[in-house]
Amino acid sequence: MLGDLSLKALPQSPVTAGGAILLVAGGLAVVALLFYFKRWGWLWREWLTSLDPKKIGVMYMVVATLMLLRGATDAAMIRLQQALASGNPGMLSPDLFQQVFTAHGTIMIFFVAMGFMFGLINLVLPLQLGARDVALPFANSVSFWLFAAGAALMNLSLVVGGEFAATGWLAYPPLSELRYSPGPGVDYWIWSLQIAGAGSLLAGINFLVTILKMRCPGMSLMKMPMFSWSVLGSMALVVFAFPILTATLGMLALDRLAGTHFFTADFGGNPMMYVNLIWAWGHPEVYILVLPAFGIFSEVVATFSRKRLFGYASMVWAIAAITFLSFIVWLHHFFTMGAGANVNAFFGIMTMVIAVPTGVKVFNWLFTMYRGRIRFDTPMLWFLGFVATFTVGGMAGVLLAIPAINFQIHNSLFLVAHFHTMIIGGVLFGFFAGITYWFPKIFGFKLNERIGRWAFWCWLVGFLAAFVPLYILGLMGATRRMDSYDSSLGWQGLFVVSAAGAAIIALGIALQLWQVAYSWWKRADNRDLTGDPWDGRTLEWSTSSPVPAYNFAVIPSVKQRDQFWEDKRHGLARAKLAHHAYRDIKLYKNSPLGLVIAGCAFLLGFSLIWHIWWLALIALAAVAAAIFWRSLDEDTERLVPAALVAKLEAARQGGRR
Amino acid sequence: MNRPTSQAINSPVPVFAFWVYLMSDLVLFASLFATYAVLKDNTFGGPSGAQLFNMPLILLATIILLTSSLSAALALQAARLGNQAGTLGWLGLTFFLGAAFLYLEIAEFSKFVGEGHGWQTSGFLTAFFTLVGTHGLHISLGMIWMLLSGVHVLMRGLNRHTALRLGQLVTFWHFLDVVWIFIFTIVYLMGVNQL
Repeated sequence: MLGDLSLKALPQSPVTAGGAILLVAGGLAVVALLFYFKRWGWLWREWLTSLDPKKIGVMYMVVATLMLLRGATDAAMIRLQQALASGNPGMLSPDLFQQVFTAHGTIMIFFVAMGFMFGLINLVLPLQLGARDVALPFANSVSFWLFAAGAALMNLSLVVGGEFAATGWLAYPPLSELRYSPGPGVDYWIWSLQIAGAGSLLAGINFLVTILKMRCPGMSLMKMPMFSWSVLGSMALVVFAFPILTATLGMLALDRLAGTHFFTADFGGNPMMYVNLIWAWGHPEVYILVLPAFGIFSEVVATFSRKRLFGYASMVWAIAAITFLSFIVWLHHFFTMGAGANVNAFFGIMTMVIAVPTGVKVFNWLFTMYRGRIRFDTPMLWFLGFVATFTVGGMAGVLLAIPAINFQIHNSLFLVAHFHTMIIGGVLFGFFAGITYWFPKIFGFKLNERIGRWAFWCWLVGFLAAFVPLYILGLMGATRRMDSYDSSLGWQGLFVVSAAGAAIIALGIALQLWQVAYSWWKRADNRDLTGDPWDGRTLEWSTSSPVPAYNFAVIPSVKQRDQFWEDKRHGLARAKLAHHAYRDIKLYKNSPLGLVIAGCAFLLGFSLIWHIWWLALIALAAVAAAIFWRSLDEDTERLVPAALVAKLEAARQGGRR
Repeated sequence: MNRPTSQAINSPVPVFAFWVYLMSDLVLFASLFATYAVLKDNTFGGPSGAQLFNMPLILLATIILLTSSLSAALALQAARLGNQAGTLGWLGLTFFLGAAFLYLEIAEFSKFVGEGHGWQTSGFLTAFFTLVGTHGLHISLGMIWMLLSGVHVLMRGLNRHTALRLGQLVTFWHFLDVVWIFIFTIVYLMGVNQL
């Protein structure tokens, strides 16, 4: 009846049990609070069923923040273990340590970085394009809920199953095959990533179509803001890379469920093929994450230097080149596999070549700053921190791209330090800059600058303290994923410094949470009444803050890049709005079906993990029924009458003066 | 009004989005084709394609599937002319041909399994069953979609909504034909000729 599920599935080790209790208690506390404040109806109407990309974006941010806390807890355990385990087993068993670093990597990439990225795209992209919505608003809601369902399923493994995969974040076979990982951990890993990955693919299609079809009149591609360009590159990668992930995970699932021999070491399977396939997705994934961060920095640098972005066309070509090249470098993740000198040389050279367009972008940002009137607000600080650390990390990457050197330092902590420099110093700093920059646009008040600065310095100092020692340790021969080491190696001092760095980062995260809470508490002092708190350049700053549901009362039209900036210079920005005849606006009605579809997908994943076949069939049929139900609904829009728009706009403009 | 953000259902947005989806599905098949290319010689003592494939039946299945693409196109044409009976009739024929194709595929699969050559036998058979089976799964999904589309047309008649969905369905069906051409060539023709 219940497949392989039994009471034995509950957590056995005290660490996992503690985590499970924390999760359940946290969930119950939220539910209790919602009952206490009678907010269920509000939550359902305003958030859970909303098809408004601004609300969906905020929900992405909330899930990603929660996942950041989980991933950071895992990171703290890794750093603590390695700081302690000099000549002794430390506090975690080897098996538990493997689960912790697997969870850390998986959660940080799939649910933190991807979550922040899709959140920011939802919040900003339609506004930048001068559009009222994304191309497929309902699919957008399905995408978010599939992402949330994947995150929920991944965390459920702690409560029901009592283990995480112990395979590393990409679950290489044959270790991840049934024979060597018989527990449910790998199955949880597969199915939560399948569900979240389906959501990402759907979102990728949606945003790609949004950019190509929904731009406001006059906005040709070469007049588009740079963030939108970077999203175009990133989403093209999503559309072409995520199906590879789906296929690869599907094959691994078949190996485990149906006894096929894709990646087994015997029966003519080929584990190396998995490594190739997963990195054919995995390397583009790196650029899926970092391109939007590049886009954010392009907006931030131009705005805070009060100058037009230097080298717009070369920026666009750099994005295009990176998008293309990112598909032909995947083999540099396993030079030591034995593909041969010529193959390694090709991929090594391509990897060095991809650093060229990235370098073009760095120089363009620096030239944008050159002779600009620079303001050092927090988003600009994140940029400066990024440009220094990212360049160092990029150099380390070029070093790793040389196959001869790679043979010496692959799988070492040098590699770990390198990709954390790219993901923290590149991706995360970029998203933090973006959150600070666009926060007033969405919520109507600015984040507190002073706390933001403290958080930035904690992150920067903490990051350097945590990862510079890892570069050194890697060169000294310390391999990654070590649960303990011999005390005679003399590594402990550097590991302790690294752990201290992690503690400083934790302080930075705490300050960021405090920053949001404090800014909300004092929001009356930080209100953005102009809609343009940073003296911005692109269309999102031309509408009021917080943005009304319809984004723009009148769809803007564009003749050049940075149209809003030019309008302001010529005194046109506000005059245009005042004397316009408003028209009726069509918006999408709420729909609970996105939540329903993802809920069924969650059940489907759960039943496949525990081999509860009847439930899997029911869940699958329910997904089909929900999709059919939605396709029957022809009344999906609601009308905001022109008179109401005029009234709302008058109130907003009154508030402005 | 509001030209670029107009949510009108007859805008090309859903059509274009569906094409982008098809391209991503093509990448999924490409991954499976690449896998097949890597594993096809790993027979591990089991049979090879040349020993297994019954080409006359495969050719019959191919002809049936290609014909179903024609009837699907005729269904769409009837829908554009506002001919509801014609639409449902051609859709019915397409469904029937799809079912016949699927029957031949399932018969082929069960014959292999019955002879002891299941997907657990070797890397080659693993890749074969998965690649061809994924196509078959798509055909099955297309047929379920066809049924629901028929119900939709019966409930609501031919209007912009049903016509849009029919257009997507028929595009999907043609797409599966294209994939099948590659399967027919790479798996079957190249499989029997490698002796």
